Amino acid sequence: MPATGDAVLRPLDPRLLAHARAARAYLALCVVLGLVAAGLLIAQAGLLAGTITAAFLEGADLAALRMSLLLLAAVVLARAGLDWVQEAAAHRSAAVVTAQLRSRLLAHAVRLGPGWLTGERSAELGALATRGLDGLDDYFARYLPQLVLAVLVPVAVLLRVLGADLVAAVTIAVTLPLVPVFMVLIGLATRHRAQRQWRTLAVLAGHFLDVVAGLPTLKVFGRARAQADAIREVTDRHARAAMSTLRVVFLSALVLELVSTLSVALVAVGLGLRLIGGAVDLETALLVLILAPEAYRPLRQVGVHHHACVEGLAAAGRVVAVLETPPLRPPASGAHAIAVPDVRLHPVRVEGVTVEYPGRAQPAVADVSLELRPGETVALVGPTGCGKSTLAALLAGFLAPARGRVSVGGVDLAGVDPDAWRRRLAYLPQQPRLLAGTIAENVRLADPGAGEAAVCRALSAAGLRGGPGPDTLLGERGCGLSAGQRQRVALARTLLRDVPLLVLDEPTAGLDIATERAVVDALRPHCAYRTVLLITHRPGPLGLADRVVRLDDRSVPAPEAVPA
Amino acid sequence: MRTKAGERGRAPVRRIAAYGRPVGRRLVLAVVCGAVALAAAVGLLATSAWLIARAAQHPPILYLAVAIAGVRALSLTRGAARYAERLVSHDAAFRVLGRLRVAVWTRLERIAPAGLPAYRSGDLLARFVADVDTQQDLFLRVLAPYAAGTLVGTGAVVLLWSLLPVAGLALLTGLVIGALVVPWLAECRSGRAEDRVAPLRGELTAATTELLHAMPDLLACDATRSRLDRVAAVDRALSRARGGTARAHGLAAGLATLTTGLAGCAALAAGVTAVRSGALDGVALAVIGLTPLAVSEVVTVLAQAPRDLADVRRSAARVVDVLDRTEPVAEPVVPAPLPDPPYPLRVEGLVARWPGAVAPALQGVDLELVPGRRVAVVGPSGAGKSTLVAVLLRFLDPCTGRVRLGGVDVTELAADEVRRVVRLCAQDAHVFDTSVGENVLLARRSASPDEVRAALAGAGLLDWVDGLPDGLETPVGEHGCRISGGQRQRIALARVLLADPPVLLLDEPAEHLDPATGDALTTELLCAAAGRTTLLVTHRLAALEAVDEIVVLDAGRVVERGTHAGLLASDGAYRRMWDLERDAPPLPAPPAGRAQC
Repeated sequence: MPATGDAVLRPLDPRLLAHARAARAYLALCVVLGLVAAGLLIAQAGLLAGTITAAFLEGADLAALRMSLLLLAAVVLARAGLDWVQEAAAHRSAAVVTAQLRSRLLAHAVRLGPGWLTGERSAELGALATRGLDGLDDYFARYLPQLVLAVLVPVAVLLRVLGADLVAAVTIAVTLPLVPVFMVLIGLATRHRAQRQWRTLAVLAGHFLDVVAGLPTLKVFGRARAQADAIREVTDRHARAAMSTLRVVFLSALVLELVSTLSVALVAVGLGLRLIGGAVDLETALLVLILAPEAYRPLRQVGVHHHACVEGLAAAGRVVAVLETPPLRPPASGAHAIAVPDVRLHPVRVEGVTVEYPGRAQPAVADVSLELRPGETVALVGPTGCGKSTLAALLAGFLAPARGRVSVGGVDLAGVDPDAWRRRLAYLPQQPRLLAGTIAENVRLADPGAGEAAVCRALSAAGLRGGPGPDTLLGERGCGLSAGQRQRVALARTLLRDVPLLVLDEPTAGLDIATERAVVDALRPHCAYRTVLLITHRPGPLGLADRVVRLDDRSVPAPEAVPA
Repeated sequence: MRTKAGERGRAPVRRIAAYGRPVGRRLVLAVVCGAVALAAAVGLLATSAWLIARAAQHPPILYLAVAIAGVRALSLTRGAARYAERLVSHDAAFRVLGRLRVAVWTRLERIAPAGLPAYRSGDLLARFVADVDTQQDLFLRVLAPYAAGTLVGTGAVVLLWSLLPVAGLALLTGLVIGALVVPWLAECRSGRAEDRVAPLRGELTAATTELLHAMPDLLACDATRSRLDRVAAVDRALSRARGGTARAHGLAAGLATLTTGLAGCAALAAGVTAVRSGALDGVALAVIGLTPLAVSEVVTVLAQAPRDLADVRRSAARVVDVLDRTEPVAEPVVPAPLPDPPYPLRVEGLVARWPGAVAPALQGVDLELVPGRRVAVVGPSGAGKSTLVAVLLRFLDPCTGRVRLGGVDVTELAADEVRRVVRLCAQDAHVFDTSVGENVLLARRSASPDEVRAALAGAGLLDWVDGLPDGLETPVGEHGCRISGGQRQRIALARVLLADPPVLLLDEPAEHLDPATGDALTTELLCAAAGRTTLLVTHRLAALEAVDEIVVLDAGRVVERGTHAGLLASDGAYRRMWDLERDAPPLPAPPAGRAQC
């Protein structure tokens, strides 16, 4: 499970606005539109009340009221235009803000690097950066404008009513704050149950997905058909549990509705009674009656979109939590950056290094020392899970040691800009990943300027001669090639980089033995004049090594501690 | 979801709608509650308007008593009805969802796994499940609001009509255009924009997951910058495309406000004339003037429905597409009874092809699994090993040739019966999000704790389980994310050992382990399976001395067969594979100490 806790955000959190600049402009627009909306609302109420009163009590005819009716139509037109602008701006801004957050999120994930981005987190972050951010759509498009309206409109309406009728204004002023107060009180009282309910729903969703994913396995064991009953049962059970909670959760909406409608009724009846006594005139009464529900409506709408808020803020909380995770090492700024020592002249030393993964009791490697002398090929062997790949990731600058250091010519790598360091090395991860595109594009990733001949040379050195050509189009994750061919494309990519240090993590994994031999032969000239760390648990590539180092097994069987 | 012949042609949404019928009463109740809540809102403003206008004539207070009581009652009704509607509709939603899931499951159960090659990826699967869940919106966010909105809209029109027919007509026109026509037109327009959005969304997801997935490689190649730029470019294109949808929705919202607002103005103007001519009471004018304001809520409810309908329609099409796939296995109409043990398994001239594939994956394979014998199938990936396993499990029917179990053609047996005899330990066996013990017990519910422990011991997992604080109760997490790949594989092994089938298929059991451990485990397994009919599929040859026959597959054909010793002597493909595996030098002996240079 993720080690990163989610940040808890307030409905309008400065941290979210700080991370999404576009949101600030949008918020300002919402305020302007809200003010205009409140003004139009008040104007419409006044015109309507005036027209009805004039026609009813003064017997005015259509000609006399033409101006008022035209103005009324104009207000309607303006409100329509406002709705248009509001709706279009809302969706557009939501798209812009989510794009901005996505780009920051991904850029920060790159800074955090593969040491932080383990397989599980990678999937989680992928979901957050795509579907998760979609959860912010409704927050920005629906909730935020309503929140602004809920602040502006009641105040504007109240001020207008105050100018017309003190009693009604007091009634509204007293009842209006009850809405948020009750909401908060009921919210607090039901928070625990509500949270449990959302978790219940999540479990419900997860269960179905889990059994569908496991359908072939269930079929093998003859459990698939019986599972239909289990699905029905789980759905029913969760439905019952959820319903009992919803009865409480929906209370806050009930109170909100009751307070607002009862207040309107109170105002209406009060106005009626005072009208009989002549304490108030019809035009004022109609104005107040039209405006009174409008004071409560935005608050009710905020309640309606509360779920969008909860969902959006949950996503935003995760985004903020990621964005506020400090990177492994702060990027060294220009002036303080230490020059990267030349690997061709100086040995690379792993000095008493211990690497720990958060949430794991056992360190991935403990107190390991290793020296790679210039031009030397060192093979690192040992059983699965002993930390070989951790050492490779450490050399590639993806991880920081908890204790000890990695140094080149006596310079601690911790002080070196990781990007500058990585430009000096080529790293083949244990499970190399290919991208959608042609084979040549995948190879050229290592050196965008490489010519066609260089790409072909690298491919044939990696043992891909006669196989799929450089122009072969691959699907996502290198789909279309066998595992062995993917491995060889990745190896070609590594070989294309003319760098002094090679870190090869299982370069022949997934290859049949004949191909492994060809690859080992092709690797030989590449290793000859470079410093190479070669990890393998197959005997084939050992022939390349000048020296073999064995890493001991961990005594405790821990989950494979391999970053990504 | 049984697909009758006649059902195929029907619109996906109509087929889905059929699943709402059994909860029809609850849906009607939800509609009624929703309509009462809406009507109370409209009624509250209309009654208040009448009350105030009448009060302006200074009548005795008694004349207003009914209206005052009405206003108070309506104000209470609204909240209560809304609360009831929420509860009833959520209850109905859960029931609809339950039924839909069971129906989808029943159908999936027939076509998986061979009929669903495209749904192997987790993301697509998650989307499919989400699509199924979206279907409940058809009832809750489309049908119910339409019904309630139409009822109340009609009621408001009738109210105004009864006061002044022209005013009723004006409101009717405004409602029909603003609440029905405009949202529908907007949905058509935004639907076209949405067609551009969907592929861009897919592209964005692909670019994002690729960046995260390939991060180590991209960092190592110093290529993250260009990939981030690519995501940003797709994002910009997506924002532009979504701008089209936003404009359509914005226009719809504006037009809805405009038409209903102008309808209100028209009704008011008609009312003014009518009052002047004496055809209308002045008190009614207030009602005519104010009622359209409350009706705007009806418009809001109806405006959203076409958007939800479009979502439902898109996902319904995807769901129905999956459910309409042909079943890869034809079940016999009257299944033959399962013969009595022993169960020799005989494959004769087997040709098999995956649904949608052009070339057969197996081309004329013969194989005999005599009870108690252990046979290994070896060969490079793509040789047809997995296809053979699928046919033996009756996940896939032969194109030609036969598979006989105990002398009976397996196509005459119910597929589930075949799988009671033939069981598989797959390399990608699913680990369910529950405890270790539950995952193993899946194989045989009636097993005793001792039997479970014995199975775990057989899979080399007992020491690990005993070392866990919660033992068998330890949760494995979603897709087994809390345990390692090797442990997942061993749980799958323990499962099949507990099932104790007459015929055991082992598909690359050591795939996720390092070769030394894997070879040891394979040897262990073959020992554990001694005396049981076993088919081992593997690409490692180290443990194969123990098996009775080895079949070498290549490109869907058997190229060699014999015993380990015999094949080694014959100097063929097996001999070459063996030499290559053996020839490699052994790993050096571990030096003393942790790691030295």
